[in-house]
Amino acid sequence: MLIFEHNSPGRHALAQHPSHYYPTEDIPAELRRKKRPVMPEVSEMQAVRHYTRLSQKNFSIDTHFYPLGSCTMKYNPRACNTFAFLPGLRDRHPLAPESHSQGFMACMYELQEMLKEVTGMKEVSLAPAAGAQGEFAGVAMIRAYHDDNNDTARAEILVPDAAHGTNPASAVMCGYKVREIPTMDNGDIDIEKLRESVGPQTAGIMLTNPSTVGVFERKITEIAGIMHQAGALLYYDGANLNAILGKVRPGDMGFDVIHMNLHKTFSTPHGGGGPGAGPVGVSERLKPFLPVPMVDKDGDDYVWVTENEAPQSIGRLLSFAGNAGVLLRAYIYARLLGRDGMHRVSEFSTLNANYLATLLKDAGFDLAYPERRASHEFILTLKRQAKEQGATAMDFAKRMLDKGVHAPTTYFPLLIAECLLIEPTETEDKETLDEFCAVMEAIQKEAEEDVNILKNAPETMPVKRLDDVRAAKQLDIVWHAES
Amino acid sequence: MPFIPHTEQDIKAMLARIGADSIEDLFDEIPEELRCDELEQIPERLSEMEVGRIMKQRAAQDAGATCFIGAGAYQHHIPAAVWEITTRGEYYTAYTPYQAEASQGTLQLLYEYQTMMANLTAMEASNASLYDGASGLAESVLMAVRGNKKAKSRRILMPKSVHPNYRKVVHNIVNNQNIELVEVDYQLERGSTLIPAFDAAKGDDNIAAVVIPQPTFFGTLEDVNAITDWAHKHKALVIAVVNPMALAILTPPGEWGEKGADIVCGEGQPMGIPLSSGGPYFGFMCTTKALIRQMPGRIIGRTVDMDGKEGFALTLQAREQHIRRSKATSNICTNQGLMVTAATIYMSIMGAEGLERTALASHHNLKHLVRKLKAATGITEVFDGQPGFHECVLRLPKNSDAQSVLRSLAAHNILGGFDLSQDYPELGNAILVCSTEVHTEEDMDKYAEHLQRILGLSHECPVRPKFAN
Repeated sequence: MLIFEHNSPGRHALAQHPSHYYPTEDIPAELRRKKRPVMPEVSEMQAVRHYTRLSQKNFSIDTHFYPLGSCTMKYNPRACNTFAFLPGLRDRHPLAPESHSQGFMACMYELQEMLKEVTGMKEVSLAPAAGAQGEFAGVAMIRAYHDDNNDTARAEILVPDAAHGTNPASAVMCGYKVREIPTMDNGDIDIEKLRESVGPQTAGIMLTNPSTVGVFERKITEIAGIMHQAGALLYYDGANLNAILGKVRPGDMGFDVIHMNLHKTFSTPHGGGGPGAGPVGVSERLKPFLPVPMVDKDGDDYVWVTENEAPQSIGRLLSFAGNAGVLLRAYIYARLLGRDGMHRVSEFSTLNANYLATLLKDAGFDLAYPERRASHEFILTLKRQAKEQGATAMDFAKRMLDKGVHAPTTYFPLLIAECLLIEPTETEDKETLDEFCAVMEAIQKEAEEDVNILKNAPETMPVKRLDDVRAAKQLDIVWHAES
Repeated sequence: MPFIPHTEQDIKAMLARIGADSIEDLFDEIPEELRCDELEQIPERLSEMEVGRIMKQRAAQDAGATCFIGAGAYQHHIPAAVWEITTRGEYYTAYTPYQAEASQGTLQLLYEYQTMMANLTAMEASNASLYDGASGLAESVLMAVRGNKKAKSRRILMPKSVHPNYRKVVHNIVNNQNIELVEVDYQLERGSTLIPAFDAAKGDDNIAAVVIPQPTFFGTLEDVNAITDWAHKHKALVIAVVNPMALAILTPPGEWGEKGADIVCGEGQPMGIPLSSGGPYFGFMCTTKALIRQMPGRIIGRTVDMDGKEGFALTLQAREQHIRRSKATSNICTNQGLMVTAATIYMSIMGAEGLERTALASHHNLKHLVRKLKAATGITEVFDGQPGFHECVLRLPKNSDAQSVLRSLAAHNILGGFDLSQDYPELGNAILVCSTEVHTEEDMDKYAEHLQRILGLSHECPVRPKFAN
């Protein structure tokens, strides 16, 4: 039942309304709303009950194991939310003067410094709203750098075929053409193809390392050499930073610009699809182009860096100073982890991934890269099951929901058939991983006995498999009273 | 180990199963020379209690001021239930609803959100949100260019009465895509934009779209009906950038002029999102049926399951980057799911009447505040007599300086407004002041008394300053 279907004309949550009704004559009639919009007309309790009950139809980290590859669904410590919501921080206006912002700015400055240290970059801006906006900022900086050198013939960005879809989409938004570089059977990028593709037309390359296929790109130094020799820059997609935190730093691998997904590595909540935060870090030569605003320190005072102080900046990308509340949560998480905790993130996420990969391999499942170490995630391919039992990756995924596990990422990366990208994260215990393997074995058994059990899954969720074709063809995206 | 559950025994058993001697062995594919040393600049870890101590102290540093700044972010009362429910783990720690069957809560909520926004703006469709108001306007500009092929133009008319940060963001996001942003001057006495200014900006060349703010950055109202009809006459699409709270009392963009706006965007923050230093907020975007497929961002559709039972799913995904890659409508991946969750609960609790009362109370308080300030100090309204919502531009006396007046007010914990001298030097010594339903009579009196004293009209100091500067 929709909230609107609870409507009862004239019912209100009066405790929340301003006490007085102030009619106004100041607004000309032609600019005044003639009719109230159709909105919920419910009591406060009805609203609370409706949205509490809706919440219970969700899987979440707090309720279920959520091994969604590439998304780093780790525990989100509650303290991060509680402290970010302290009234002084929650109610600070974005344009409050620096005299009334020193507490907030101190957190942002220290976060910038910590992110510099873990990435090995020379400067960090917290401005971008999410990973994709961080990518946009990164590519825009590459462009600004080449433009600044009057090197305007560079019209192409290279992207591996396994990359996240945001990579090519971000490059296009910066006015670049995209050229794909193939991945080899062992998971590494095809260096020969890369050499052939690089030239005076190349502005840069966007890489994730460990890559989206879940393995470390071993020839990264060689790749960096090839690119830099051609005058092109290297962009690091920080989607998989969780795998290498405190072990190896993008700055040391030769990257010129990176973005980080704080909602992944720094454990800020995913919130049903956002908000994220996508800070960017740069090497020395890109420093002048970082997006604003940033926080600097002048003696004991924290001060804003804006377009005025950074005239070559690619500018601001949001109304104000980034997703501040998300950045605060990341800062609090970083303080709770501390120096040693940073190393442990990569150590235990890698331990968990390799352990689970081993269990599944021993149980007869096919790893996409059996000869390689898993990073913090790994890929299973269900090509054999699809052929032999007609059980696809999607069928396995849907059946997992019935067994109380959120499905891993399905059908990404695109180049591996019938794949599940599995990322257990460091905050899961051994028992949960053992249980996941048992679930996979049980589903395999069901597939062999009667594949329809999988085809009809899920059967215990609020709904069964949905008709996506109908959703797109008979588009119903807004409720109408008469429908 | 914070947030890591492994016991010594677990680690031993897991390594044995993997066939590795140590955790370190698991990193043996990383070339030795790339390995980093200890992260010396990262401080040692603190317990939750210790971090709490730091955060409380920092929060206290920034607390306590009465804020009359608006300029794109507005303080409104938020019912306690809104964030109590929003931060339930089932919303807070879920991810993008790709597995629809296990995400019906978030999906249904987003469908309800889309309905509320479509109704509030009187449009036919809404997406499930973008990052914020400014980036939403940039996406709207890109969408308009895609959606108006007939115009054979990549020119956009952008009034100077649009928020200066929005104009900067639009420029920064679209400037590599060969789109021309043409500024339109506002009428200096009115703080709104007249048709001749649009004529002048357009010249003889075609235009793809016209941006219309309502209210303007100055808090004044544009003649949206006339501008909409003018834009449509010139085969341009209309992009409305609106404050959703104002729409409770103002004509919704879908009803502007004869045909209504084509794309509506804006900052969703007034709908239940705390000021929180500027984010996370959410950008909303609504449009007509004709343009749905050009709209960026996630969209939720209602459909049925295998048994014919109603359910909700992400739809029209063929527009998006994870399917379309370099040909997607935008690179955007996330929406601001959690903020939209809060906004949906907020709108449900407030209802149309609660929103209308809040908008009217804000409008009333601004008028009341301005009367008090004028009476106490003789300062003037720059756009005197012009209709507006809950913000207005005040001109300070010639012998004062806006920057130092605001600083003096801040020393007494009054954030008196936004200094316009950098973005609008032509307005002289002017500040933008906002009020909403949260301000009391005492708040306003305090502001008036301090302003009176600072401008040298009185020597009494009602309370001691917080800061020496």
